[in-house]
Amino acid sequence: MTSVIPFVRNEMLPEKEPPLRERGVVHWMRQNLFSGPLNTVLTLLGLAVLLWVASHVLPWLMHSVWNASSLTECRDIITQRFGEGATGACWAMVKERWHQYLYGFYPMDLYWRPNLAFVLMFVAIAPVLYTSLPRKMLWFTAIYPALTFWLLWGGSVWTPVVAMLGFVILALIFRALVGKLGVPVSAGIGVVVAALWWMFAQGPVSDALQAAIPLSITTVDSDQFGGFLLSIVIGVTAISASLPMGILLALGRKSDMLIVRTLSVGFIEFIRGVPLITLLFTASLLLQYFLPPGSNFDIILRVIILVTLFAAAYIAEVIRGGLAALPRGQYEAADALGLDYWQAQRLIIMPQALKISIPGIVSSFIGLFKDTTLVAFVGLQDPLKGITTIVRADINWKGIYWEPYIFAGAIFFIICFGMSRYSMWLERKLKTDHR
Amino acid sequence: MAFVQDAPKDSFRLGMLIYDTRYRAITIQVIVLTLFLLFLSWLVNNTIENLAAKDRSFDFGFLWQRAGYDINQTLISYTNDSTHFRAALVGLLNTLLAATVGCIVATILGVLVGVLRLSKNWLVGRMMTVYVEVLRNVPVLLWILLTMTILSETTPAPSDFRVTEAMIAAGEAPKATMMLWDTVAITNRGMNVPAPLVEHGLPRLELLGMSVNSNVLAFLVVLGGSLWVNSRIRGHARRVQEATGVRPVTWWKSLAVIVLPTVALLMALGFHLDIPTLTRFNFKGGTEILHSFTALTLALALYTSAFIAEIVRAGIMAISRGQSEAAFALGLRPGRTMSLVILPQALRVIIPPLISQYLNLTKNTSLAIAVSYMDLRGTLGGITLNQTGKELECMLLMMAIYLTLSLIISSVMNAFNRAVALKER
Repeated sequence: MTSVIPFVRNEMLPEKEPPLRERGVVHWMRQNLFSGPLNTVLTLLGLAVLLWVASHVLPWLMHSVWNASSLTECRDIITQRFGEGATGACWAMVKERWHQYLYGFYPMDLYWRPNLAFVLMFVAIAPVLYTSLPRKMLWFTAIYPALTFWLLWGGSVWTPVVAMLGFVILALIFRALVGKLGVPVSAGIGVVVAALWWMFAQGPVSDALQAAIPLSITTVDSDQFGGFLLSIVIGVTAISASLPMGILLALGRKSDMLIVRTLSVGFIEFIRGVPLITLLFTASLLLQYFLPPGSNFDIILRVIILVTLFAAAYIAEVIRGGLAALPRGQYEAADALGLDYWQAQRLIIMPQALKISIPGIVSSFIGLFKDTTLVAFVGLQDPLKGITTIVRADINWKGIYWEPYIFAGAIFFIICFGMSRYSMWLERKLKTDHR
Repeated sequence: MAFVQDAPKDSFRLGMLIYDTRYRAITIQVIVLTLFLLFLSWLVNNTIENLAAKDRSFDFGFLWQRAGYDINQTLISYTNDSTHFRAALVGLLNTLLAATVGCIVATILGVLVGVLRLSKNWLVGRMMTVYVEVLRNVPVLLWILLTMTILSETTPAPSDFRVTEAMIAAGEAPKATMMLWDTVAITNRGMNVPAPLVEHGLPRLELLGMSVNSNVLAFLVVLGGSLWVNSRIRGHARRVQEATGVRPVTWWKSLAVIVLPTVALLMALGFHLDIPTLTRFNFKGGTEILHSFTALTLALALYTSAFIAEIVRAGIMAISRGQSEAAFALGLRPGRTMSLVILPQALRVIIPPLISQYLNLTKNTSLAIAVSYMDLRGTLGGITLNQTGKELECMLLMMAIYLTLSLIISSVMNAFNRAVALKER
């Protein structure tokens, strides 16, 4: 009897490619664009919208004109090149006026000063953002505000130096007293002495030093500031000043002390309840009532103070969210270790709470940076309304509207979008939970 | 033998106010309060001195003087003989109108975009991402200014709508035509839309010193009554469904109850639309919607919708996948899964940040200044302030009103939030 040997395959068959509709572009399109009747309709609608936009925007962009001295000349060139009825972008306006959008009426031969300040800003921020850099660089961060003030506004070098001395005095007094009197009292005494220094010694001392060793550069008045220079000055100053204030307000709001809590809550809710525009009008109209008679200081400084207060209230709420997100055990652990309130805040609570609130802080900053355009309403030259109004008032550029808004809007978009992406990256980097 | 002694009693020493943590809190609070009061009195004192130096007084009497200026959009009757108070009220109502319309449009757009951004459709998802990122990363002021410029500079002049004898003879079309079956005209002066009019209306009512349009009142009363009856019908249907498992068909009852009485009332009042027509210089009849209002509301709504879209997206994504999988396992269709399982839970995540977006939009209506829309800042904080010179009073009053508005909105929305919040233990 012959035995039937069943067929047994003893080598693997080569893998077959999936059928055409299950791979490649076709599969992807079936999966992502035409997976059902509704999806197909949505895709077609989307394509229609895209086509409509492209059919309007692309010819307009393709017909761009970069060299012309007026809008009429632009239009003539476009008609000449592309025929009657053709529309095109007139970027010649941007080419002629870009410096006003960036610097306002800042003297042209002094552009290196804001440029230098802008570059140094990154050097000053670097050690704060990247902990791997040498800690000594923080000293530069500390003197950066005075340096920038001097670079931007010019004048005697002794004014910012003497102002910085006030902070040095504050720090020295705080260090001398903090061991004995605790943080709040010694900080309070330091602030009072520093304030007295600024009020009474600032003027005479800097004048005397200037007389002894004259060191000064060309002064630039505040009304020459404008464009993105103004936005960045107001935005960066306000956000960096509002961060410590916001932390204090958030702590005040969570404090056990009734009076401190009530004052913090009242301040935060008041600021958050009124539009920024009313605060800006306060800066331009009302501060003259609230300050001692005869005192009149720079409008940019007044605006910065009010914007700082505004930002501080929002930052306080963001940080309060971070504090609330910390588990109660962290506070109890700090107490159990015998740390006092400020040690616990500095070593345990704040590092974690600030980390949680980074996305919120960055989005507050983005919001604040966008809101700096509102200073146009108190007579400052912001890049959106202020400068564009000036450009459109020029007889050569009367009637231009897409180009200036696209230009200013694009710069805002790049800065704000960049910051939001950076904060997302930072959030991922700092995430320590193992999810 | 040992005696248990009481703990030694500390006698109170002055130094304990600083060194003893039990008393330090009180010391600090007293100091803070003193400093705060000193600061406050310093401000008040400065203000009094400054007012005296400028020979001005601090009183709100000017509110009852004749305003003497016109407002181009009034929701309540107002002439330039009315008081400054009335002007401020008109401005407040304009602010509220822009805020309400803006919030509604922003919510609709935002929810739509937020849901579409999560759609499996690659193209639509990307387009919505672009929409959100472009709108929210550019200052809202730009959107307001751009919308205003486009509306007022690219639209035709009223004269472009004219059809002359010569044009008919030559067979030419006018440069611009009205839209929506010749009822809406968008010109560079404004948008003319049909206005509802009644033939034989009811007399105006005097209520609490205010003149009320009783036609609108009657309409609202009838509509409210219909809605109430409709809710009773639906309630009855629900009870029947719970008792028997079969839901009675109600849609035609609801439709009849809501539509019939309203239509009957409108017929009785002789309702018709007043369609704008071109006269010698401009369109007459109908209602003119100012471009400033459209630009402000539309731009604010678009800008805020980008933020709302993100909130909605985050809210839906916060609901774990297990929830929708469980709903599918129970055999619910995708639509019902969304409305019965996902949305009720997502709503709890969505509402708190939504409140702050509504507040932001309301506060941002003060940007009306950019397009000269006569809101609260335009009347009380603008022309009234400039005419009377009462900077301090006008600004303080305006801040107080905005603050009250914010507090009211946030408390109403918080009450709503509590109503839908998860009831735990």
